[in-house]
Amino acid sequence: MAKWLVALIVMLSGVALVGGCQKQSAAPATQAASSAGSGKIQIVFIPKNMGNSYFDLIGTGFKQAASEYQADFTTVAPASDSDPAGQIAFIKDQIQRGVQVIAVIPNSTTALIPVLKQAMDKGITVITLDADLTGNEQYRSAGVWPADADEIGASQVEALGSLMNYSGKFAILSATTEAPNQNAWIKAMKLALQGSKYQNMQLVDIVYGDDKAEKCQTESEALLNKYPDLKGILSPTTVGIVGAARVVQDAGKSGQIVVTGLGLPSLMRGFVKDGVVKKFQFWNGFNQGYLAGQVACQLANKSLHPAAGVTFKAGILGDRTFRDKNVVIADKPADFTADNIDKYNF
Amino acid sequence: MTPMHPSPDAAGPAASSASSARGDWRRLLASPEAVALLLLVAGITGGGLLSPKYFLDFHYLMDSTSLYMEAAIMALAMTFVIISGNIDLSVAANLALTAVLCGELHLRFGVPMGLVIVAGPCIGAVLGLFNGLLIARLRLPSLTVTIGTLALYRGLAQVMIGDAALQGFPDWFNGIDQRYVAGLLPLPLVIFLVLAVACALVLHRSLLGRFLYAMGTNESAARYSGVRAGVVKVAVFAIAGGFSGLGAVMMTSRLGTVQYSLADGQELAVITAVVLGGTDIFGGRGTIFGTVVATFLLGIISRAMGLALWPAENQLAVSGSLLIFAVVLYRLLAKIGTTIRT
Repeated sequence: MAKWLVALIVMLSGVALVGGCQKQSAAPATQAASSAGSGKIQIVFIPKNMGNSYFDLIGTGFKQAASEYQADFTTVAPASDSDPAGQIAFIKDQIQRGVQVIAVIPNSTTALIPVLKQAMDKGITVITLDADLTGNEQYRSAGVWPADADEIGASQVEALGSLMNYSGKFAILSATTEAPNQNAWIKAMKLALQGSKYQNMQLVDIVYGDDKAEKCQTESEALLNKYPDLKGILSPTTVGIVGAARVVQDAGKSGQIVVTGLGLPSLMRGFVKDGVVKKFQFWNGFNQGYLAGQVACQLANKSLHPAAGVTFKAGILGDRTFRDKNVVIADKPADFTADNIDKYNF
Repeated sequence: MTPMHPSPDAAGPAASSASSARGDWRRLLASPEAVALLLLVAGITGGGLLSPKYFLDFHYLMDSTSLYMEAAIMALAMTFVIISGNIDLSVAANLALTAVLCGELHLRFGVPMGLVIVAGPCIGAVLGLFNGLLIARLRLPSLTVTIGTLALYRGLAQVMIGDAALQGFPDWFNGIDQRYVAGLLPLPLVIFLVLAVACALVLHRSLLGRFLYAMGTNESAARYSGVRAGVVKVAVFAIAGGFSGLGAVMMTSRLGTVQYSLADGQELAVITAVVLGGTDIFGGRGTIFGTVVATFLLGIISRAMGLALWPAENQLAVSGSLLIFAVVLYRLLAKIGTTIRT
């Protein structure tokens, strides 16, 4: 016991010594954060997790915008998005590396707040994209959203209506009851449904699959059993739409029940080829990443001062205008069908 | 059952009586703890070489310990559990459920935060006690029971608050990692070190510690020699639960928020630290010192790789290989240790 304690003390003082000696040389690194503008802009993109083809597409767009400003662009992320605090270590490392911009797809609206505050205190610009710090927007300089909620709601309802001849019963398969973007989109869908064009369409149920493959399938099966005359399932989540399509396919009801929503072409290709899903929607992640890259670089070189109503040039995307809470919209939902799905690989 | 391979001070008074001083030192160097210590030095050196500009910053290394101190504290109690020949897979789920209960106590029922801080470890201990009673009374394997409570505790946490994020804890409570002792050591690190010393004393100097080694080496033999194995098990799982509860309070303070998914999957990191620190997964052998060293080793190399921008999947692969390498080496050393003794 005593020997081990001695060893521990020797070791700790060794670390202290090494650290103490190196402290001076580490100082310039932290200064780099505050002296943005001199030299290359360093940007790091932190998605929720690695190995997600949609986040990769966002990264491709981001990188292109960054290269237009000769900025240094890096992507780091946790292996899995299950731990809401998993991104914290990655953000801490980047603060230590003294980057100018941290662009994060936050995995939690709250758990990252303390570390993002530290980053901002060090003079680092923080932006969010794809997801936002709903309720805590003051802890980032700007938020890049994939598409406008009202527009998503309206175009999803139109996509569903066009497939079910604007009449019959349908249900919504959402992610979780608390997901802010899902709830905003469902609200917009209900608003759009009040239009006279959709008066014969009846929303009979909203169920939640928690974005888990298995639960999405059970919930879809339950819908089929509960409403024998169901004509459609609208699932504005990439996991949900796959679950619904699989259940409808397995039940042999692909002609009777329409499945649509928001999906990724890579996951939907099989269902589209089989005719289970005739049409679904998504936006272009490339544009979102590109816009985030433009915002990041322009914030870093201090040419952009975000505020509601401020318009700026976003490279190949043209002009963009900040909304309330410094939100800027990247894209519109687009239709994917058998005709165009092969052009996309995200 | 695993062969007994007592290490210096690990097996208590039995080992250190007859051997010569020279044999003592040789066994010390051939022990898992010494290897873990060498790996830690190698990790620090490697980190320094990988990114000299950012890694060798004492304040950063100190600060970054706060990222894993909750897991580290759970690893201390897990050392007890594993030495006694058991395992507790529910520690991280316990943390999440306790954090949710604490959050609800304060935010919904208005219980003062000061009281909640005390309640946290108690709630965790009760959840741990539940594990212990199931295992001891019904003579069920700890693996089975705690796989069950792993799902149960996290499930309950999710049932209670869904995917909501509880917020609104008092300012004085938030930000435990921003508080420093002597202006240098983050408070979570100090709490961990104090607990580590306390645990080392219990494990290596108390009757409970001796019972744990005896049970882990051969439970029925321990029973015959008068160890009340059931009572010891209940106690050790309650301690593990209490430490998870403390981790819950610390993590809530650090993040300023509670979600049902807190510390998801962290039980594996906890067990990794314990085993990397030289504790035999089958029980009967291990030290708190080893766990402490392995905890810092894992934390340090993860920061070294993070600063060097290594992708997360490579980081996982490195930690995994490190564990396998270490465990194989420990087995070999145990054999060498036996030859040195004879």
